[in-house]
Formats: sequence, C-alpha cells, structure tokens
Amino acid sequence: MHYLPNIVFALALAVGIGFFAMNIRKLFRNIKLGKNVNRTDKKSERIKNMLMIALGQSKMVKRPFSGFLHIIVYVGFIIINIEVLEIIIDGLFGTHRVFLGFLGNALYGFLIATFEILAVLVFVVVTIFWTRRNLSNIKRFLSKEMKGWPKRDGNIILYFEMVIMTLFLIMNASDTVFQQAGIGNPISQFIAPFFDGFSLASIHTIERTAWWFHILGILVFLNYLFYSKHLHILLAFPNTYFANLNPKGQFNNLESVTNEVKLMMDPDADPYAMPAEGTEEAVPEKFGASDVADLNWVQLLNAYTCTECGRCTSSCPASLTGKELSPRKIMMDTRDRLEEVGRNIDANKGTFVDDGKQLLNDYITPEELWACTSCNACVEECPVNIDPLSIIMDMRRYLVMEESAAPQELNSMMTNIENNGAPWQYSQQDRLNWTKEE
Amino acid sequence: MNVPTMADMMAQGKQPEVLFWVGAAGSYDDRAKKISRAFVKILVHSNVNFAVLGTEESSTGDAAKRAGNEFLFQMQAMMNIEVLNGYEVKKIVTCDPHSFNTLKNEYSSLGGKYEVFHHTQFIQNLISEGRLKIDDTVLKGKRVTFHDPCYLGRANDVYESPRDLIKRLGVNLTEMKRNKSSALCCGAGGAQMFKDAEKGDKEINVLRTEDALETNPEIIATGCPYCNTMMTDGIKFKEKEAEVVVKDIAELIAEANNL
Repeated sequence: MHYLPNIVFALALAVGIGFFAMNIRKLFRNIKLGKNVNRTDKKSERIKNMLMIALGQSKMVKRPFSGFLHIIVYVGFIIINIEVLEIIIDGLFGTHRVFLGFLGNALYGFLIATFEILAVLVFVVVTIFWTRRNLSNIKRFLSKEMKGWPKRDGNIILYFEMVIMTLFLIMNASDTVFQQAGIGNPISQFIAPFFDGFSLASIHTIERTAWWFHILGILVFLNYLFYSKHLHILLAFPNTYFANLNPKGQFNNLESVTNEVKLMMDPDADPYAMPAEGTEEAVPEKFGASDVADLNWVQLLNAYTCTECGRCTSSCPASLTGKELSPRKIMMDTRDRLEEVGRNIDANKGTFVDDGKQLLNDYITPEELWACTSCNACVEECPVNIDPLSIIMDMRRYLVMEESAAPQELNSMMTNIENNGAPWQYSQQDRLNWTKEE
Repeated sequence: MNVPTMADMMAQGKQPEVLFWVGAAGSYDDRAKKISRAFVKILVHSNVNFAVLGTEESSTGDAAKRAGNEFLFQMQAMMNIEVLNGYEVKKIVTCDPHSFNTLKNEYSSLGGKYEVFHHTQFIQNLISEGRLKIDDTVLKGKRVTFHDPCYLGRANDVYESPRDLIKRLGVNLTEMKRNKSSALCCGAGGAQMFKDAEKGDKEINVLRTEDALETNPEIIATGCPYCNTMMTDGIKFKEKEAEVVVKDIAELIAEANNL
C-alpha cells in the first residue's frame, strides 16, 4: 500500500503521455496525406527562421502590446515546466522536492521564486487575454468564424492556464515545510496565512490535492492540445522551419502543367502517341486543389499550427472591406476538413471512403477564393509563417483548370491574353503606339 | 519619341545594355503610357542604351497565373522566354511590379534567367553610377506620401529604392499608418484589376485612398501602373482631384528634371 501513490502516478503519466503520443501519430498521418514538397534545402536559413520566429517570437512583437503579453505567457510556460520535471520525479519515486537536495537552498529558492513570480504574471496576462477576447471590442476576435467552438476553445485554454497557475501557488502555500524554510516563496507566503487556522493534517491534504490536480491538469491540458487550436505551442517550431523561403511573390510553377505545355510547344511531338507497350496509362494528375489531399503537407501542417489569432484576417484587404474572405477561416476550414478526413480513415480501417464532401464548396466557397488580391498581407502578418495564400491559389487553379469556373470577366481577360497577348482587347501590333503619343 | 526595338538593334548588330519591359498597362493604358514615356525620357537623359520588344512583347502571364490559369501562364512564359533568349537578353527593367515579380521569380525555373530591375531600382543605380542627378528644387517642399505596391514590397522586399528616390526630390515624405510590409493593397492584384470586387461594404481602393488622404498629401506617389489606376479612381471617388494627384515616381523625376 505504501507504493500506491507512486503506482497511480506512473499510471496517470503513462496514460496521459501514451494517449497524447497516439494522437500525435494520427496528426502525422493526417499531415502526410498531403502531397510531397521539398523543404529540406537551406538548412541553416531554416534553423535561423525557427530560432528567430518561433523561439524568439520576432513576428509576435510587430504588435507590441499583445506581443509583449504573449512573451510573458510563453516564457512562463517554458520556465515553469522545469518544475514539472521535479514533480514527475517526486511522483514516481515518492520523494518530495527532490531538486532541493541537488541544487541547495539558494539556487532552488531562486528557481522556485522565479516560477512563482512567473505564475502570477501568467495569471495576470491570461486574465487580460480573457478580457480582450470576451469584453473588449477587438474585431478579429468577433469575426463570423470565431463563433461557437473556436471562441469556447480560446476561453478553455485560458481557464486551464489560470487553474494550473493557481494550483501551483496553492501547492507551494500549503507546503508547511517549504513555507517554514522561507526560500523561494515570494508569492505563496502571502497565500499561506490563509491556511493558518487549519490543522496540519488538512493543510497537508490541501497540499497533496493541489499537487495532484496540478500535474493531472497539465496532463489533461497536454491532451487537450490535439483537439484545440493550441497545438501551435508545439507546431510553431516545425512550421517555421519548413516555411517557404522564396520571395513571397514567387508562386510555384506547376510541374504537371510544364510537361503538358512543353509537349504542346514541341514541334516534334506526336499528338497521336500511344503509351509505350506494357506501361500503365497514368491517370492524369489533378490540377490545383479541391480537397485536403490535393494540398501539400506543409499547407496541412500550417492548418494544424494555426492558433486562430486572426492577425491575417485583420490585415486582409478583402476582410477589411467586408468581403466573405478571411484567411484565418481558410486555415480553420482546411484543418476541419483534414480532421474529418482523418476520422473517416479511422472509421474505415485505414482507408478513406468517399463521403461526397470536399474542401471546396463544402467548406470554402468560390466567392471567398475570388476575393483575394494575392497581396501577401496575411502571409506577412502570420507570427508563425503560415501561408493561406498558397491554399487560395491552389484552389483557384482547380476552379479554372478543372472546372473552367472563373468569373466571366476573368474568362474574358484570359481569352484576350490568349488571342492578343494582353489582358485587354488590343492588337499586339499596337504595342508601340505609346511611343507615338504625347 | 524614338524608342528602339530589339529587332532594330539586332539588325544593326547591336546589343543594348538593358531591355525595357513595357508591360500591357504601360503599352495600352492611357494613364500608364505616360509612365512609360516618363521612364524613357529618364533613360534617354541618362544615356542608357536600351530597347523594347515592341510588337514582340506579350503578356507575362501574371494575371492569368494569379487567376489560377497555370496553363496560359506557362504558355505565355515559354513564348516570352523564347523571344528573350533569342535576343540574348540578360538585363531587364520594368515599371510594372507584376512583370518585375514574374520575370524575376517565375521565369527562371522555366528557362528564363535574367537580372530584373524595377525602374526605381534601376534609376537608383543610374544615380549611384553618376549618370543621373535628380533636381531637388522643382518639387521642393511638396507633401508626398508613397503607396507600396504589394508585388514590389511584400512580394520582393523592395521598400527603400522608391523612398530613396522620393527623398532626392526634396519633397516632404509622410508615411501612411500602414506602410512598407504592413501596407494595404490597392485592390488590383491577383487579377482583381480585371473583374468587379465581390460583395462587401467598401471598395479596397477607397480604403487605401483614405489611408493616403490621412497624411494630407499633394501627391500620392506609386511605382505600379495598376496601383496608379486604383488610387486615381479612389481620389475621384473622394472628390479630391483638385487637391491631390497620383504620380509614378518616374513621372515625378521627369517633372523635377524638366524632361
């Protein structure tokens, strides 16, 4: 019986981490449904981006107020997690504050004091975030796509953080030995008097309860990530590493199209050529994207990484002028559809069974896609280098090349380019007229 | 105005130092043609040995590509590349950031590798080489704001060349609240120029014009023929034609130097 808490702890840890690992495998599988794209070049530039943008938060501070507050939560999150290591060792081996012995009073006290101050700061900032989301009139939190679950999700994350920080402070405040030692309790010493009238036994129970709920809360929160927009705390790193490094104006040239165009322009090509004997006639590749499997894996990683902050949408010229398009919604829709496809695969023993739905029309409408000016404001704004524009472009390509479903005026523009090499109906022979006028 | 073509040059066995890619707007749009002429005046004034493709120039395919028609884009690209490579073109300058972006970034993997300059970069080089000096007295003290074209700014990180030239004009440059990497689009990019906007509560060019008007300018400077059209329309919508003009940087330089 003596080892019961240790066993329960080990079990809780194994279940918590095991379940998370299982879901992460599912996440990898879903991301791998995307098409291949090579992002293994320029390693040093990629590492630099990851260190600057994800670790260093360089794009977050472009908006100084929310950026600075975010850094407090972020630094708090990372540093306070050192304490989780101690809790895990204590839980597994039945020790109590095992690091105290290793580190000595001064260093240990300094560390815990830092955690306590950060915990209070995180609590305060999270409260500000909650106020911004729920009471302030900040447009990007009030958009259509933020109604319902996305709003609740955002709040749940904030509640988790408030509760975990509070439990950490109560745990320290009710640790009588720790309080008597008087090291590293700059905050909890003010909470401790609250327990003065309590018996030693009940204070101990409070301490144990706070300790258990604190670590269990962290494990539950870890598992909540997979179901929430909060995955960015992990995926921001690979996402910034694998992000596009070319100039933002450079859109990829579809290779499948290049092959066809070369064939068309090759005077020696045999238009009646049959595939060589014995080779399977390849199914021609679909041009553009109408569903998540037509996108590349980086675009799918982007979708999982998005934390729905809405900086993209708040800088999008189409969104700012009341059009249907919202780059954030493009990312949210892509993830929603990807998860739906993932559940379909789970339910059908590992293969996707056509559900009559796709990303186009069922999630993202042509009206949204055609409202984009390809200005790259969303790409520039994203604090973790998500590229909504590339998804919009791939879906436009599908609309035009597979469905010939461009708006009428664009069809005229394209006909003009085909016939006279200009988007307007002018003769190519008049290309030099501008030199003769004044 | 005498503008040599590559065909003329070739017939005389000459190779110009740079090809001026005029672009569809610069060739056909009445407003943009003035920009082309202003830039040619600067080239002539600076003794630049240049040529245009003339009737051999065709759409870069930028608008087609952004509209989603990759086929048409690549057809245009390969045709143009064949012409450009046939003339052994190495260096290209253009007043159109869309052509600039497409020629510079999207032609190379299709076999067209060129050194491509936006005209503001090219003019900057002319100045640093001592071939051009901008007169800073004519426009002295004018209130100017600069609208960043998306395909020059965010798309290719060119923010300083146009600003450097504007400062050399001796004018008073005031930035809009949204500038450089956070600049708002004029509304023309991504083939929007050629269609009506989707349903919304405002036109993008009007919103951007309001950004510009907040700086109380006499001149809105741009470096893109499409931005120019959008901002000019915005000024008309706001009924400010009497107080504010929209000018390309090339036009301002031509005006300052009385070309």
